[in-house]
Amino acid sequence: MPTATYAGTEVAVNDEGFFTDPGQWTEEMAPQIARQQGIPELTSRHWQVIKFMRQEYEAKGTGPTVRVLGKTSGVTVKELYQLFPGGPAKVAAHIAGIPKPRGCI
Amino acid sequence: MVLGGGTGGTLAANRLRRLLDDRAAEIVVVDGDDAHLYQPGLLFVPFGLARPASLTRPRGEQLRPGVSLRRAAVDRVDLEADQVWLSDGTSLAYDVLVVATGARLIPEETDGLAGPGWMEKVFTFYSLEGAEALRAALSRFTGGRLVVGVVDMPIKCPVAPLEFCFLADAYFRRRKMRDRVELTFVTPLDGAFTKAVCNRELSGLLEAKGVNLVTEFNTGEVDGQGGLLTSFDGREVPFDLGVMIPLHGGQAYVDRSPGLGDALGFVPTDERTLQSKAEPNVFVIGDAADIPASKAGSVAHFEGGILARNVVRYLAGEPLEPAFDGHTNCFIESGSGKALLIDFNYDTEPVTGRFPGRIGLPLLRQSRLNHLGKLAFAWLYWHVLLPGREIPAVRSEMPTAGKRLPSAHDSSGRLEADSPEERHANAHRDVRRHRSSRQR
Repeated sequence: MPTATYAGTEVAVNDEGFFTDPGQWTEEMAPQIARQQGIPELTSRHWQVIKFMRQEYEAKGTGPTVRVLGKTSGVTVKELYQLFPGGPAKVAAHIAGIPKPRGCI
Repeated sequence: MVLGGGTGGTLAANRLRRLLDDRAAEIVVVDGDDAHLYQPGLLFVPFGLARPASLTRPRGEQLRPGVSLRRAAVDRVDLEADQVWLSDGTSLAYDVLVVATGARLIPEETDGLAGPGWMEKVFTFYSLEGAEALRAALSRFTGGRLVVGVVDMPIKCPVAPLEFCFLADAYFRRRKMRDRVELTFVTPLDGAFTKAVCNRELSGLLEAKGVNLVTEFNTGEVDGQGGLLTSFDGREVPFDLGVMIPLHGGQAYVDRSPGLGDALGFVPTDERTLQSKAEPNVFVIGDAADIPASKAGSVAHFEGGILARNVVRYLAGEPLEPAFDGHTNCFIESGSGKALLIDFNYDTEPVTGRFPGRIGLPLLRQSRLNHLGKLAFAWLYWHVLLPGREIPAVRSEMPTAGKRLPSAHDSSGRLEADSPEERHANAHRDVRRHRSSRQR
């Protein structure tokens, strides 16, 4: 099982770098993961999404899709793409330390 | 009480009526209109291959004696009081509720889609009005760029947009103008279809028919008049005639019913028992459910017997049977009188072989036999599916005999788990490989 070290702590991740145990995540780790994902600085808007992702994961066991995020997080889909370039739900899930959101069929 | 008199609601009510005699239960179906639409027929309307009038029949005539139809729109469900409020202000009490109200098209949720140009230059064949308007537009079309686009998943019948491309190719050939039409399929997925083996087959068909494929395109804006799709990450696809599959959601009353639906208006449902997660006396069949199965009539059919038996078990105070395996079966019309057939469930992706056993229809391969199967399906729909009967030799559990199944650890299964977001991220890397991705 691969590991990564964020904020001086070693955590378990999968092959794609998603946390396998979201309980190991702390807020201090987020800025470093964000830089890895190409986001130099986390603003309050980023944090609104990250905290929402954590809540949704804890309530439902999976992270929301972009469309659901746009409807429920208080941030529009357009802004989500600006905040998290390259795939908002996936990038935000990385930074929030939760597994990759399940897709639709 | 069954909400919705479409495929799922009709077959659920009829199956329940056969299991429960008149003294055991009163069964009422609630629907706002009396026109039952054969939705698989919509695909053929734009090409003049189906008459719109032949696709609808009265809802009441599809219901067994002993099932009543209440013509009324639903305003909301009060889960705590076990009551359904109708838009005329009256209410109906229920002991068990079956939600069968399907999915709704929401073009207005995509910027510009329902604006100028809608039903003039941009159409959908996912409604009867849209399919008829598109038929007129296609007959006037003298050539140019025809773009078929899926805004986002989930959608009803995920293969229908591909079938539309195949039929469009055949249609323009028939009219001897194929060389004047550039056909492009635009999808938010990372391939033509979500499942690996099937994706390879269908991508090959698109290529063979000269249909451009633009993947990982999340449509953010549609300029109907100007003829332009723009993705959320700024890519553009221009068109002269647009055929869009709008965003889908549950019915609006679900949003007005506290505790019933999710953010998209679909009803959270146990994927094996078909009992809702909202209340134990609420069950869900067909497209209205949030389960990870395709939104397709065959799914409602395979769910039907399991749902009806579980409602009877619930009424008797017995444990429910976790029997639904996600079984889905679709004919894919590939044009010129041929079709493919796919058959899969939650755990098994569509593969090659034969269905329903070693002697049967060829799977994932074009054949005339499958096209005849697709045509025969319309008869089966009205005379076997809706009455809630079984199709001979086709069980609700997915058959494995006749299928060429990959080994358990085949990495091709991974495709299925990829999220649209991840595919999207990959788009940036792979964009050069997609010749037809238009970047400005």
